[in-house]
Amino acid sequence: MAEPGRALPAPTPETQHFWDGTKVHELRLQRCDSCGKNYFPPRPFCATCGSRSVSVFKASGKAVLWSYVIHHRPVPGFTPPYAIAVVQLAEGPRMMTNIVECPQTPEALQLDMELEVVFEEQNDKITLPLFRPAKG
Amino acid sequence: MRRNAVAVVGAAETTDLGKIENLSQIGLHADAALNAMADCGLRPKDIDGIATAGQTPVELAHYLGITPTWVDGTAVGGCSFMIHVRHAAAAIEAGLAKTILITHGESGRSRIGNPPRRVDPQSLNGQFEQPFGPMGPPSMFTIPVLRYMKRYGVTEEQIAQVSVVQREWAAMHPRATFRTPITTEDVLNSRMIAWPFRLLMCCLVTDGGGALILTSAERAKDFKTKPVYILGTGESAETPMVSQMEDFTSSRAFRVAGPTAFQQAGISTNDVDHLMIYDAFAHLPIYGLEDLGFVPRGEAAAFIAARNTAPGGKLPMNTNGGGLSYMHSGMYGMYALQESVRQMRGTSPAQIDGAKISVCHGVGGMFAASGTIIFSNQTPADFW
Repeated sequence: MAEPGRALPAPTPETQHFWDGTKVHELRLQRCDSCGKNYFPPRPFCATCGSRSVSVFKASGKAVLWSYVIHHRPVPGFTPPYAIAVVQLAEGPRMMTNIVECPQTPEALQLDMELEVVFEEQNDKITLPLFRPAKG
Repeated sequence: MRRNAVAVVGAAETTDLGKIENLSQIGLHADAALNAMADCGLRPKDIDGIATAGQTPVELAHYLGITPTWVDGTAVGGCSFMIHVRHAAAAIEAGLAKTILITHGESGRSRIGNPPRRVDPQSLNGQFEQPFGPMGPPSMFTIPVLRYMKRYGVTEEQIAQVSVVQREWAAMHPRATFRTPITTEDVLNSRMIAWPFRLLMCCLVTDGGGALILTSAERAKDFKTKPVYILGTGESAETPMVSQMEDFTSSRAFRVAGPTAFQQAGISTNDVDHLMIYDAFAHLPIYGLEDLGFVPRGEAAAFIAARNTAPGGKLPMNTNGGGLSYMHSGMYGMYALQESVRQMRGTSPAQIDGAKISVCHGVGGMFAASGTIIFSNQTPADFW
């Protein structure tokens, strides 16, 4: 399944929980214990209210397709044309990802279509969260 | 608030634009700086403030032989130079320096003395964007646009019109890279880069540079060049990650920087004779026209397609042809500033007759940052 050659993340102390989560097939977001805001990308404080009192929680993995491009140029680990997408998670935050199990065409990739997370292992340290059309 | 006015007295681009194989990046900075000094009759010893991006102000001070009392290395992408103008004006008003040089040089095409760009895999971009296959701005800056198109019913044909109109302006500029007229069909038939963006909706990649010299309006009278006054300025930043923009149909950085500049200048959009909106890609003038309040939400693409910003239109925009046709070294903001200064001096090859106010609006990164400068050839006392 792994697509060799793509750029891979190098976790930092503030993001390790996210990558530990994808490894066990959990999409982990954070929530501010003070103001209730759900947020991403990871940081050990809330950028809405400044509180350091925050929790990690498992997201539903449900999302909608927010916007994308279909890239036609070669990039290591990818076969063009392929979509680089941003999805809006059910919990509110948006994240960049790829859409899999779906033709990479404007006709198949409709904005606001429902998606669900899938996890694609890259190596023993990194598993990436990708999204596919929701299966009901 | 009563302020001390500041003016641009020196302005120049590099001797050549396009493919420059006999100068490294710092050499392009220096060539532009020497041209700007020659423009207003100054030498390095006359400069006491230096701002730049791409290189450090330390490198430029040393290379050019300047002993500064003020330095600014703000590097937030292509609008860094707008922000340098803003900071320089404040520094001159505050008495931190008297004569400030702002330089840009970029070997974007030949890549001589221009270190390769690399996204740190530990950065937020490196962890949460780069693994999904983007390759630089053409595949990133364009991501929000489908959401804009869906919300407002904007078509690929309308976005293509931005490129068509700007080529008409470029045709008037002898130094523009692309001057041959193009049609909407040419744009829509050009090579696909990142759907819905095709080659002719994307900026050039060229070599070049530019420099500006600012001093107090009072001292500006001693120079042979026609002073171009700074009426208002604004700056802001939003996010280094395009995926984390608050609103995919509008830039928060634009919505902060633009109005800040208009408020300081004491003018409204109706007062503007000439407009530059940084166009690394064809959607940027659309976002800029709306975020700066020139056009209601969702109407900018139709506004451009109706030729309002074209030669003869009521709001001449990107009259050098922009990053789409004039030149784009990577951090294009300096060239937009140069065209605003030319228009205010009355020396642009695409001169707008009688233009008194020019707005120059820049973007940095991919909707990451923004800077807006409002210039006039009338003394600020007429506005403040």
